[in-house]
Amino acid sequence: MRVLLFGIMKDIVAAKTLTIEAELPTVGDLKHWLKQEYPAVQDLKAVMIAVNKAYASDETMLSSEDEIAIIPPLSGG
Amino acid sequence: MEQLIRISDNIDAAEAVAFVQSEESGGVVTFIGSVRNQTKQKKVLKLVFECYEPMAILEMEKIAAQMYEKWQVKRVAMLHVTGEKLPGEVVVAIAVAAPHRGAAFEACQYAIDTLKETVPIWKQEFFEDGAVWVAAHP
Repeated sequence: MRVLLFGIMKDIVAAKTLTIEAELPTVGDLKHWLKQEYPAVQDLKAVMIAVNKAYASDETMLSSEDEIAIIPPLSGG
Repeated sequence: MEQLIRISDNIDAAEAVAFVQSEESGGVVTFIGSVRNQTKQKKVLKLVFECYEPMAILEMEKIAAQMYEKWQVKRVAMLHVTGEKLPGEVVVAIAVAAPHRGAAFEACQYAIDTLKETVPIWKQEFFEDGAVWVAAHP
């Protein structure tokens, strides 16, 4: 699974994208994996996941064809 | 409904206003956001904006759709920058035209408040002694 990174997530991972080999069936599993693998994620105010350019709930199933992005706290405007 | 939604290196608030003006609307309300020269008494050198553009455009389109539905606005323009911006430079411009001013004011406030909450854009603030991603930490 390849995921897109933005903002502070690029600094935490030190990359623009992340390729994950682990089996992560849902958005919730991905969030949990991120917090374990990169403890700095736990210090963020929130972290959301977008699947195919829309915010996804923890129950959303992930597939290898999905466009997945990690969305750290927003600060536009 | 007519809308102008764009993310680019430079934006012109006058373009947003000109886009929404028409004879069917009695009021136009505009919000223009620009870079402040300080945050908590610390001098800000610049901001750098980054966005997840395809999703940001979709989220801005959702906001516009909600504005038509809730306030029957006639025309909406939402422009946001990406890249490096200096104090005083415009970073976001929202213009809303509606038949009456009340709807235009409310819809414009809703647009900027919701943009900050849902549109995937991030800014990094640069000070003399380092940089931070705004709002990342509690």
